[in-house]
Amino acid sequence: MSFNPKHILGIKDLSAEEINFILDTADSFKEINTRQIKKVPTLRGKTVVNLFFEASTRTRTSFEIAGKRLSADTVNISASSSSVVKGETLEDTAKNIQAMHPDIIVMRHSASGSCQYLADRLDCSVINAGDGMHEHPSQALLDAFTIREHKGSVEGLTVAIIGDITHSRVVRSDIYCLAKLGARVRLAGPGTMLPPGIEKLGCEVFNNLEDAIRDADVVMMLRIQRERQGAPLIPSVREYARFFGLNGNKMELAKEDAIVMHPGPINRGVELGSIIADGPQNVILNQVENGVAVRMALLYLVAGGEKLQENC
Amino acid sequence: MKILIKSGRVVDPANKLDKKLDIMVIDGKIAELAANIDPGDAEVINAAGLIITPGLIDMHTHLRDPGYEYKEDIISGTCAAAAGGVTSLACMPNTSPVNDNLAVTQYIITKAQEQGSANVFPIGSITKGMNGEILAEMGELKEGGCVGFSDDGLPVINGEMMRRGLEYANTFGVPIFTHAEDLSLVAGGSMNEGPVATELGLKGIPWVAEDAVTARDIMLAELTGAHLHVCHVSTKGSVELVRHAKARGVRVTCEATPHHFMLTDAAVRGYDANFKMNPPLRSQEDVDAVRAGLADGTIDAIATDHAPHHIDEKNVEFAIAMNGVVGLETLLPLTLRLVTEKVFDLSTAIALLTCQPAKILGIDRGTLSVGAVADITLINPNKEWTVVAEELHSKSKNTSFDGQTMRGYAVRTILAGKTVFER
Repeated sequence: MSFNPKHILGIKDLSAEEINFILDTADSFKEINTRQIKKVPTLRGKTVVNLFFEASTRTRTSFEIAGKRLSADTVNISASSSSVVKGETLEDTAKNIQAMHPDIIVMRHSASGSCQYLADRLDCSVINAGDGMHEHPSQALLDAFTIREHKGSVEGLTVAIIGDITHSRVVRSDIYCLAKLGARVRLAGPGTMLPPGIEKLGCEVFNNLEDAIRDADVVMMLRIQRERQGAPLIPSVREYARFFGLNGNKMELAKEDAIVMHPGPINRGVELGSIIADGPQNVILNQVENGVAVRMALLYLVAGGEKLQENC
Repeated sequence: MKILIKSGRVVDPANKLDKKLDIMVIDGKIAELAANIDPGDAEVINAAGLIITPGLIDMHTHLRDPGYEYKEDIISGTCAAAAGGVTSLACMPNTSPVNDNLAVTQYIITKAQEQGSANVFPIGSITKGMNGEILAEMGELKEGGCVGFSDDGLPVINGEMMRRGLEYANTFGVPIFTHAEDLSLVAGGSMNEGPVATELGLKGIPWVAEDAVTARDIMLAELTGAHLHVCHVSTKGSVELVRHAKARGVRVTCEATPHHFMLTDAAVRGYDANFKMNPPLRSQEDVDAVRAGLADGTIDAIATDHAPHHIDEKNVEFAIAMNGVVGLETLLPLTLRLVTEKVFDLSTAIALLTCQPAKILGIDRGTLSVGAVADITLINPNKEWTVVAEELHSKSKNTSFDGQTMRGYAVRTILAGKTVFER
């Protein structure tokens, strides 16, 4: 099979076969990251612009390193959302960048649908690095990659995702990705953070953490944004941690060999107790490590994949 | 000046008429309806194969004039009306300045009379500046030509203010048009709440944001005995609230828009802001309920909520795009589609576009009675055509139906005996 999408906007429209192809490609790149000289010439002469309208450490660095290890020229732009206030539209910002002929724009933006918007209007490739509450495909792919690495396969596993489901783009991409690969996905969170109709994406919904993680193979905790405290969604971080934090001996409900994941950044003592965050079941730093390989695969495939090597 | 419209199928629901007849127009008035009228020296318009109706009435539009002429003005908006077969329209007061004073009302009416292609009946604001704090001078505005009052686009949040608005408008015998929306429940949402919003990651607006205020305002109408007109009902619950209120004898009427009976929130997939409006596109269940409300008479009028916006206000991220779509030029074919789909018959369709809104607005239009002003629309009901946004007469091109095939359109629009549009 060969798979060279023009854009990566979300997981929803990818098939299981395409997802596995991306993961297999990432597998072949992973080893580069542990070499003495961590660089291959694959994307030499390609320009990748990381256009980030929201703060990001992990994702932006990961895309940047991924591009650099493939010898692409990477440029980071941290455009604050206030550029809207300054009066330049997203389309104008993007078209100005396009005028400099990048091959790929990797974008993060607070508006759901903004990557689709860009892809509809630009000639270059667009990779979604998180759009609003919509999708975060590279995160879901690195999650699947990490699960596959630890469990051999995603198929047949039970994955519990706990937290603020409503505001999470990671959850939507994870549900699509893991369900397509054959996992049973369970969600739990307070009722104020469970959006209507989420089960239609391919998951089961629980209103307590314990039921969701019982006999799970994977427990994925989502970051709870402290600014939601006091807003109508949760009364306090303290109460949230008590009912929806993964702490104490709650992990005993999951399978003995279950792994704990988190897309980061973690709030210690809120959604994740330090004992678990630093415990033997956590694979959080593996996720970060694998993120580079997965993003190398995405850049490579979007840039042309095998066709690139023929030109070398 | 005599015109004879010959051999058309005349549909005039106000007179329970659906018959092949000739219509003689003399000096801008309907002079005679009969079979085989002798033309004499009249100009003859052959209407064989066409449907002849009273000029259509759109009781809910935004002409954006004064203040937002880059979106639309009275000239372009009434041109779009004429092209859609609409001869009379009511325009909402959310202009700049707001139509809360006689000068703005007179400006609108005078400009429409001097330069427009349709009758324009302004709706004044309930409160000064539409800020919900002080009642507008409704008595003087009514004298000046306003046919109703609304803070459309914004709800009247304060319950007592809405009560007093109803009582005060009732003093002058005019209705209050409510834009029913609880902004605290909207809470920054940009589309209907439900599975599609969840999938798209867009903050949803729950149906209760509309229904809670519809319920409050119906109860206030019941309390005050005033006439409440509910704008753009879009939910199953609001249709049921109006149905039950009518059964109790409350003086309530309502309207629905073509986009709310044609489209669901599934259209938002793709994030095209031409599917963003307020109230938002709802679920299939809501669409079915609106259609049922049109069929059983719960809904009194079909109105466009014609809301022109400049492309720069639409060609942006969905969440920050302006609400609203244009509708004057697709009103008629979309209404006729419900006839094809057997939701109602042709006579009901025309009543929803003529005599029923005329009655709510209290205007002497919407009928072809002898002696009435000769506002007449000639319709080819079978002509298939394709909507091309760029070719719309409106200044703004924000239609939800670009590229869609329509069936039926106005081939001639006559305003007081004068042809203002012909194709």
